[in-house]
Amino acid sequence: MNREAQWEVVIGLETHAQLQTKSKIFSGASTAFGAEPNRQACAVDIALPGVLPVLNREAVVCAIKFGLAVDAAIAPRSIFARKNYFYPDLPKGYQISQFEIPVVLGGGLAIRVGETEKFVHLTRAHLEEDAGKSLHEDFHGKTGIDLNRAGTPLLEIVTEPDMCSSAEAVAYAKALHSLVTWIGICDGNMQEGSFRCDANVSVRRPGAPLGTRREIKNLNSFRFLQQAIDYEIQWQINEIEEGRKIQQATVLFDPDTGETRSMRSKEDAHDYRYFPDPDLLPLEITPAWIAEVKAGLPELPQAMQQRLQAEFGLSPYDAAVLTAQRAVADFFQKTVALVGTAQAKLVANWLQGEVSARLNREERDMADAPISPEQLAGLIARVADNTISNNIAKKVFDALWNGEGGDQANAADQIIEKQGLKQITDSGAIEKIIDEVLAANQKSVEEFRAGKEKAFNALVGQAMKATKGKANPQQVNDLLKLKLGS
Amino acid sequence: MLLNTQDISRIARLARIELSDAENAATCDQLNGILGFIEQLQAVDTTGVEPMAHAVDVVQRLRPDVATEIDRREAFQAISPDVEAGLFLVPKVIE
Repeated sequence: MNREAQWEVVIGLETHAQLQTKSKIFSGASTAFGAEPNRQACAVDIALPGVLPVLNREAVVCAIKFGLAVDAAIAPRSIFARKNYFYPDLPKGYQISQFEIPVVLGGGLAIRVGETEKFVHLTRAHLEEDAGKSLHEDFHGKTGIDLNRAGTPLLEIVTEPDMCSSAEAVAYAKALHSLVTWIGICDGNMQEGSFRCDANVSVRRPGAPLGTRREIKNLNSFRFLQQAIDYEIQWQINEIEEGRKIQQATVLFDPDTGETRSMRSKEDAHDYRYFPDPDLLPLEITPAWIAEVKAGLPELPQAMQQRLQAEFGLSPYDAAVLTAQRAVADFFQKTVALVGTAQAKLVANWLQGEVSARLNREERDMADAPISPEQLAGLIARVADNTISNNIAKKVFDALWNGEGGDQANAADQIIEKQGLKQITDSGAIEKIIDEVLAANQKSVEEFRAGKEKAFNALVGQAMKATKGKANPQQVNDLLKLKLGS
Repeated sequence: MLLNTQDISRIARLARIELSDAENAATCDQLNGILGFIEQLQAVDTTGVEPMAHAVDVVQRLRPDVATEIDRREAFQAISPDVEAGLFLVPKVIE
């Protein structure tokens, strides 16, 4: 029996999604990324005496959108609390967060690992402010503090301990990432820290009570999330198998070593002495406000998946891939609208094939692809009407991608025209070429007549080569069979 | 519930307050006095009364999402004991 089978892994995720607002959650300072240190930290953010927080309406709208998108309950009245701890990048000595009554309760997300679907339940999502940044580089033995990030609005999204492998945790994180960017509440930029995960990991023998968990903090890429969890699982199993107890702890993942290491003991760390913040009154969210926000929500990925299957006959897999990112879904719909519903499957194939491969290779997002829906539609139309073959279409696609056809909608036509790529469908012309090929490849012909099927393919290849790939492959096949009398 | 001097030491440490033994004892008496009041309050039957999060029964006013603050870094840092490259400097903290 292998070792993994003797252990059950339990994972819960806490994700901080930075909300896309122009100003901070409790002050009018800008949230733009990349400013010089402390240029976007106002009196409220640096906690000068006498200042008071005033809640940003848009941050609440983001929370409502999220609640609606995950089918959660939205609290008609929620409360802000102070989470007390001391750290220099937290100038007030407390973080304003929500504790007893968060704005979003329950709900969940469907995830898919391979062929298996699973529903991850959410415990809650609450609004809070981010802290500043500590820079530990050498400032003559001191620490530098940048408070630009202090007060940036965050939605902390907490799952139930529903996941049981790093693959599930990553699938959930990706689904959540896709959703928050889809509904436009978070830009999802993980490098800039707009979307970061904390993973609570424990292991137990099957059927045993929950083990003691350790929390891996601040994972800002899906790869680190997976690596950190896998390392942590092995580490905990080793500890227990060697007779040691797991101590509850907060750990950091070091991407250079691939290991997790303990950050602080939990002795004091979890004694945050939460209490309602007397500076802030209860947040009231009326049914009318929720209805207003709901009316402004885009079609959600799950609903769109259903519709794409019903409307265009796509497979569940295709529908899921196309709705993993809003930009891809938009691109798909625009292209289909131009080229016609009958070509929807072809459009889906192109997006999941050539387009996605090029984007991956160049590490680009759909949003900044160098090809427009109009251009892709123009190309697919020529495949659909047999002007060019699939193989030639790939050539044209490369040219489009490299900007050779210019940025016009008819760029594909121009490339086909200029490079003379039109498919040869004139059977007389193809017949002539086949005759030449047969004459030049007597050996293959004899082999074929002797029963060697492969020789036929070699002849098709020669014919295609002679037409520089422009002949219709099916037509070549048919004519060749005819000529060989088979 | 009564607090002892150990509880007071712990609360003081969490609040980063240094207390002498005499101060600890005095604080312990005062806090226990306050807890005594709370015990009296808790004797009141509040069944069916919704807890309030604030002494005033009004709801939070919201602010439109507009960046209104101007950069006042120079003024703020003029009153800071130590700054460099736009950063506030503090005694070294490494976890």
